[in-house]
Amino acid sequence: MAAIELRGVVKRFGPITAVDGLDLDVPEGICLGLLGPNGAGKSTTMRLLTGQALPDAGELRALGHELPDDSKAARAEMGVVPQLDNLDVDVTVEDNLAVFARLYRVPDVGAAVDRALDLARLRERRRDAVDELSGGMRRRLLLARGLVHEPRLVLLDEPTVGLDPQIRTQVWTLIDDLRSRGTTILMSTHYIEEAERLADEVALMAKGRVISRGRPAELIVEHAGRETAEIYAPPDRLAEARAIAEADGLRVRPAGPAIAIVGSERAGNGAVPDDAVRRAASLEDVFVLLTGEEAE
Amino acid sequence: MTDDAPKTRLRRLEPAAIGGVMSRELANFRTYWRGTTFSSVLEPIVYLLAFGLGLSATLVDEVAGVPYVQYVGTGMVATAVIFSSALPAMFGTFVKHRFQNTYDAILAAPVDVEELVSAEMLWIGLRASVYGCVPLLVTIGFGLDPMPGMLLTPLFALATALGFAGFGVAMAATVAKIDQFNYVTALFVTPLFLVSGAFFPIDELPQGVQIVAQLNPLHQLVELVRGGAFGYEAVDLLRFAGLVAFALVMWRIAVSRMSKRLID
Repeated sequence: MAAIELRGVVKRFGPITAVDGLDLDVPEGICLGLLGPNGAGKSTTMRLLTGQALPDAGELRALGHELPDDSKAARAEMGVVPQLDNLDVDVTVEDNLAVFARLYRVPDVGAAVDRALDLARLRERRRDAVDELSGGMRRRLLLARGLVHEPRLVLLDEPTVGLDPQIRTQVWTLIDDLRSRGTTILMSTHYIEEAERLADEVALMAKGRVISRGRPAELIVEHAGRETAEIYAPPDRLAEARAIAEADGLRVRPAGPAIAIVGSERAGNGAVPDDAVRRAASLEDVFVLLTGEEAE
Repeated sequence: MTDDAPKTRLRRLEPAAIGGVMSRELANFRTYWRGTTFSSVLEPIVYLLAFGLGLSATLVDEVAGVPYVQYVGTGMVATAVIFSSALPAMFGTFVKHRFQNTYDAILAAPVDVEELVSAEMLWIGLRASVYGCVPLLVTIGFGLDPMPGMLLTPLFALATALGFAGFGVAMAATVAKIDQFNYVTALFVTPLFLVSGAFFPIDELPQGVQIVAQLNPLHQLVELVRGGAFGYEAVDLLRFAGLVAFALVMWRIAVSRMSKRLID
């Protein structure tokens, strides 16, 4: 059974269609990365799964529960880690966890709090107010709060957005640990590296629907080939190189101050300048080619 | 839990959900109760000294056969109730929803909007019913005789506070910006407070204002508190029923407004 099944889901906000006929299955036990630019519909999809947004059309099931009618029962078995830090900052670490253990009807609140403290590596700080914690500790606590009831399914909404690299690595370690224990994870992100490192499969979203899905390596081979050549040069030379590559049937994308010729292993003689930097094709190439957006 | 676990639909208004939300309020309250309690006790003392002793020594000795300090002291139960229910509900709800994103976290757990609003109203109502009794205790210190009927004051205060908590939650779900609470305070809270009969009898006011005052839940609370101190009348049962109806209507309005605000 799939942990999440969405069929033809539509969600509109006035004239804007945030989710547009979305079909998505998340099998149990995998980490699916929902990758897409801002405004792709990732966060709205998360809110639909927690019953905080109601679909205009389509069918949604989570852990066998029909949504939104049976959303409350589904939420009892789900853990949600939000994009924004909404911890109670004046309250102690352990009280933040205990409140959510009660909300999730955990029978032994004390044991659940201890387990979550160990997970977040915050046992020593249990009696400290949240506003005394560092940014990394707060983010670990936020993650532990969403896992305090040992959910079968975890929704991670942009789990590392706005974090510095050191804290991001700490959070990745926790997510990786969760994944290795067989918990089903749906993780929305717009960080390519995050999706590549953590997700078993990636569903690329744009304009409210999934435009491609597969294992990261498969997506790369399917859409970007084996190799990408990056050219760093003044704008007029970049324009000339782009024209030559495109005339040879190659796809070219912007890459900050450079351009990237995707699938350069198929280039004919002279289609790729000799001074181009050749590297293995990446998920970033796929992301930019399919969404037309610069990656982060 | 396994795949074969029975898929039971959770009930409405589950005590566990309401208790969980209230436990969050309690955890937060433990961090700020000293300041709130200090002002709740000091305020009626200052008011009684200024209005009660000051005015009674210079302008008013008695109102309706009651020493003015006791008249004001019993009336101040109503002012304490509205200021510790309507205002915290308005500002607290708005801040938790818009700035702290607290409700997003709670609603991601198995809690629905009806349970969330009910818990918030119940917490504010219980707290306001306790703080509402403080002016009465202070007035006893100023010479009011304790009466058995006063034991019902927390109940009257609770019914009124629940209604005003619902009003505050509904307003928080309605306004677009926090400064719009100035309109709510100027148009509703202050007039209700002034025509409650807390500081002067309403039967000296123009006929139209008297009718408005009779519809004012705060006035009914004032009359009930004075009934507890100076003797109940049969009409007081009707007054209490009115307060309960006020609380129920405000509860449904608050749930409806918050559902529109919290669920896209």
